[in-house]
Formats: sequence, structure tokens, C-alpha cells
Amino acid sequence: MSSEREFRIPVGPQHPALKEPAGFSLALKGEKILGAEIRLGYNHRGIEKGCEGRSYIQALYLVERICGICSHSHATLFAQTVEEIAGIEVPARAKYLRVIVAELERIHSHLLWLGVAGHEIGFDTLLMYTWRDREVVMDLLAEISGNRVNYGMNTIGGVRRDISPELAGRILAGIEVIEERTKYYLEVAAEEETLKDRLVGVGVVPKDAAEELGAVGPTARASGIACDIRRDDPYAAYAELSFEVVTDDHCDVYGRTVVRIKEILESCRIIRQAVKELPDGPIAVRAPRKIPAGEAVGRYEAPRGELLHYIRADGSEKPDRVKVRTPTLANIQAVRYMLRDRFLADMPIVVAAIDPCFSCTDRKVELQEGKRRRVLRWEEVRLAGVQWYLRRGVDFGPLGKKLAQKIDG
Amino acid sequence: MVEQLLFVLVFPGLIFLSAMGLAAEFVDRKLYARFQNRIGPPWFQPLADFIKLLGKEVVIPDEAHPVLFRMAPVIAVASAVAALFPIPLWQQRALIQFPGDLIVVLYLLTLPTFMFFVGGWSSCSLFAKIGSVRTMTQLFAFEIPLYLTTLTAAILAGSWSLSDIAAFYASRPGLFAVNLPGFLVALVTLMGKLERVPFDIPEAETEIVAGAFTEYSGRWLAVFHLAIDIEMVVGAALLSAVFLPFGLGVGAAGGFLVFVAKVFFIVFLLSVARSIVARLRLDQMIAFCWKIMAPVAGLQLLINLAVKGLFLK
Repeated sequence: MSSEREFRIPVGPQHPALKEPAGFSLALKGEKILGAEIRLGYNHRGIEKGCEGRSYIQALYLVERICGICSHSHATLFAQTVEEIAGIEVPARAKYLRVIVAELERIHSHLLWLGVAGHEIGFDTLLMYTWRDREVVMDLLAEISGNRVNYGMNTIGGVRRDISPELAGRILAGIEVIEERTKYYLEVAAEEETLKDRLVGVGVVPKDAAEELGAVGPTARASGIACDIRRDDPYAAYAELSFEVVTDDHCDVYGRTVVRIKEILESCRIIRQAVKELPDGPIAVRAPRKIPAGEAVGRYEAPRGELLHYIRADGSEKPDRVKVRTPTLANIQAVRYMLRDRFLADMPIVVAAIDPCFSCTDRKVELQEGKRRRVLRWEEVRLAGVQWYLRRGVDFGPLGKKLAQKIDG
Repeated sequence: MVEQLLFVLVFPGLIFLSAMGLAAEFVDRKLYARFQNRIGPPWFQPLADFIKLLGKEVVIPDEAHPVLFRMAPVIAVASAVAALFPIPLWQQRALIQFPGDLIVVLYLLTLPTFMFFVGGWSSCSLFAKIGSVRTMTQLFAFEIPLYLTTLTAAILAGSWSLSDIAAFYASRPGLFAVNLPGFLVALVTLMGKLERVPFDIPEAETEIVAGAFTEYSGRWLAVFHLAIDIEMVVGAALLSAVFLPFGLGVGAAGGFLVFVAKVFFIVFLLSVARSIVARLRLDQMIAFCWKIMAPVAGLQLLINLAVKGLFLK
């Protein structure tokens, strides 16, 4: 190759491969990646902080907006964690309804991922096909909840909408279509040569490395680690449903693809069981406005992996502290490992293979010396954001000054 | 003089070729969309895109070489148009013919690819430079099999003039079957020349934005796009002249329709190919061209020598 000189190439914060801003700085030698630096933090929105100023029910809708794809995961986990602190027992029907929406969401998320993966390796036909089939799930979700994203199904103490027998029939019919199409994709993944050329042996993380790097979700399962919160620490109605934890021993991007496609089939099984065994009864119990003091950590198997919520209640109607650990944060460490000694052409698919969601992950971290601790006010968080962008050449004009005045006065 | 100017500028030169190129782009985009279960663009979309780009602001990087940056797209179009004249389109005689014009056509068809490199390299942007290097690396992979197969067909005809080759095959249409493996190789390498999936490595948008075209905007980008469209038509015309020797003697109007049909048939094959595969990596592409395409082309050479020696004395 003509240029064997080392050079750095920026991928992001704005780049066609990325669906949201994140910075990758790749050290290249020819087409080979020598090392990668990852910079996150372009999407910080201060949602954790925002929850502290809102009542529990308002915060529920705010956390639902952490992620546009796994919105139900955040809302369900938040509700479950608050219910645990308050000692609320959710009716069985509500638990099943949560499972149905959660699994539909997993199907839509995985199909979306499959399309994005196809696009990253220049296989746009796969993108168009999967996104067409994804519409079936989106329509079902819209019928169940009224929304294609941010379903607003949950409330503290249960769910807000019920499923009629006719709708249940339509869900089963839709699942049939999805199952048939997914089997076709499994066939495509097994037989299409160019697809395998681009995926097999790319972004390898062996089992021990995946454990060490703390990978979760499909990324970990594709490396042969059988971890799944739905089975390991069952919530909602998962303890009563039978399903398998899909694993694969390819340890590469191909393995992650196969795991996700097979998980869609498992989700179809779960939905079918849940719809058939849907118990009768109320869909919600009344929850108090003030949640008693206490704290809890909730775990949830989001489409991207293990999701953590920590909530501390102080007996008032607003949470004292909300902390969210999204699966992307756990998986992003593995990306650096995967990129080492790969080609530049593999970078988009390797990053996409963990199904990253950067805006969900971005946090503000303030490193302090000594033991001085303080709680940031809402304006201070916003000012920190304004200054962060100012250092990178984005000027929000008088907004920064206004915030500074507000903090002082 | 006036007649020759008309040939070069209007028919079958620049204006006709541009119209044909835009039509080919439309057919390609529409088919690609239909294969993907989309509706696809209306028939005037390529023209609308072209006009829209002409009206857009031109931004040229300060570091870019001012002359090279502007000349690269123009030379690309000019050489693609010039490559058409020695190709017999709907008669057995081309507009221009001389011994060895096949080599000239192949050379002129290499120039646009080289101009992608020059344009990208002279724009001094990181992504454009990586794209340019990839363009050149790829060039060395697909050019050899392409030359080999077209020259192999010429060996069988016993002439390196495209008009003679067309006349030879038109009188013996059965020999088309002998060249079939070569036709497939030429089709695949044409995909590389036009930088289409699975060989769109130099402009892989998810890796290096738009490759060599990253810094191009406005009318210069429009001219580059036009160059690719024209190259697609001329490449298809070359392939149909050498490998699809049908319908050359059916009069001007009939011959013209057959020519258009042949070009769109090749565009159709290209569209099918790009909708069923993923983009290869550069190393895989080079391995594919050298380990599969080049040996097949070599095999074609042996077959043609044998056919020539045994049957065409």
C-alpha cells in the first residue's frame, strides 16, 4: 500500500456511520487500525438530574424518553424499582402486559439493528427488508398503546392500557408474519457469502475477555456467556414463562447477528405464551403519591443488555436520586478491544454490533479533589453543558451568561 | 466540420450520452428500489438532481489545487464521451475506426477512475485521500481481468479494432456462447469501474463519508456524477459491442432500439448484482479479482486460442 505512514482519522462527532454524535479517533496505518480513542458525552441531557425535580409519575415519563428505541425498558424498570421501594404488589395481568410490550419492543429493536448492520456493511437491501417487516411490530405497538415509540404503557402500580381479545388475535397474527420473515433472515445470514465475508471473524471478543470487559446482553451472549436477567433475576411475568437464553460461540459480529435473529424467534414464543396465558383481573393498583423512604436497585434485560436503575426515595413525592446504567456503557469498553488490529472498513459494523445508544449513556462526571461533595443545581448542570460545547467551538451566545447570573443571584 | 461537431456535441456525443446516462441512472435507481420493496424515484429524478446540484453553492477547500480540483470532473466526462466514438453502436461500423482502437477505448475508460483519484487527492481532505488511495488500489485489481477478457475476445476475432470485432461476431453470432465466461468477468469488473456495490469501497459512506468526492459540491459534483452515468452507458456499449453481437444489421431505427435494449439489459444486470450483495472489504475485493476473476479471464484466453486454432483456420 502506498502510504504506510501512521495517521489519525476522526470518525465523529458527525459522521455518516453514526446515528448520533460520538467521537472516535482512529490511529491508522494504511487501512489497518492501530488503536482507537472513544469520546462520549455529546448527547448529555441531564435526565437523571431532571428526575429529582419531578414527581415519581412525571419522572416515569421522563425516563421513558432516555431512549427512543428501548423506551419501555426504562419506564418498566423505573416503575418496578419504585414499586419495590413502596412495597406495591402489581396485578398479574399488568405483569403479563408489560412482558408483551417488552418483547414486541425487543423484536422491533433487533429488526432495527439488523437493518442498521446491513447498512453499515453496504447491504442496503437488508435494511429495506428488515425495516419493512419492522412496521408490523410498530403497528402492533401503536394499536396497543397509541404510539409507535414512547408507548406510555406503564404507571406506578401497573399498566395504563388493556389488550382486548380481538387485539390479542391481531398480535398473534402479526407474530406469525414476523416469525416467518425472521426465519428467512436466519437463512440469509447462514447462506449469503458477502454478508458472511464481512461479519465472520470481525470484532472478536473471546469469552474470558468479554467477561473481563463486563459485556452484557447479546454482545456477551454471542461470546458464549449465558447471562440474561429475564432468567437470572426474573421480573414481571418471566418466571412463569418458558424461553431459552440464546448463546453463540462465534464470539464475533456474525455471532451477535445470529444471537439477535434467534432472540426475535424466542420473543415471538414468549409473546405467544403471554397472550394465551394472559390472566384476568385489574391492570393496575393505586399507588401512593408519596413513596416511603428507602432505596432500591432494579435490573432489567433491555434489548441491548442488562439495564440498571438505582432510585433513592426520601419519603417525599419526588425521588431523591435516580441513577441509570445503560447497557451501552457496559459494552463500550469491549469496542476498543474489538477494533484493535482490524481494518478501517470493519469499524462501522464493529461499533454497530454492540447496538450502541450513546445518548442513553452520556453522563456528566465531575472529578473532585478531597472530600468536598455538593449537589449540583439544575442551572449548574445546564451551564456545564454550555461551557462544554464552548470549549469545542459551539457558542450558545447569551444563554451561558444568563445561566451564570441565575446561579449567582 | 459542422457535421463532426454535431457528432461530438449532440448525437451520439455529449448531449445524447448525457440523456442516455441519466436514463440509465433512472432505470438503475428504479430497479434497485423495486428490488428493495421501495417505490423508487420518478423518471426525471436524475435530471432534477443534476439541475439542483448545478444551482448549489460550490465550496472548494483552501488547500485544494484550484486547477486540478476543477479539471478532474471535466476530464472524466470528456474521456468517457470520447471513449464512445470508436465503439460500434447500431451499425457494424463505428464513427471512428482505426487498428487498435479497442486499446484506446479501454484506456479512455480508465481515465475517469484516474480522475476520481486526482480529484480526491487534490482536495487534500483526509477522507478524500483515503478514498483516492482505495480507488487506485482497486483499479489495479479490476483493470487486469477487464483488459484480459476484452482482448481475449479480440484475439478470437483476429483484430484489435472494435468495428472489425463487431463485424466478425455479427457474422458468427454462435461464438457469443464461447465468450460467455469473459462476459461475466467483464460485467463484474465493470461494477468495480463504476464503483458500485459490492465494489463501492472507495466511496463507502459508512467508513469514509464519500471517499474521493467528499470535498466536492455543486456543479463539480454534478459533473462527476454525470461522468459516472456516462461511463455506465459507454461501458455497457463496449460490453454489448464485444460480447452481445446481435441486431447490428437491422437498419438505423431498429438497430438503435436494439442498442438501447442491450444497454438497459446490462444496467439491469448491474442493478440485480448491487441489490443482492454486501460491500466487500478492500483486501477481499483484491483477492476476489486476482484469485477468481483473473484466472477465469486466463481460462477464457486458453479457450479462445483453442477455438481459433481448431475451428477458425
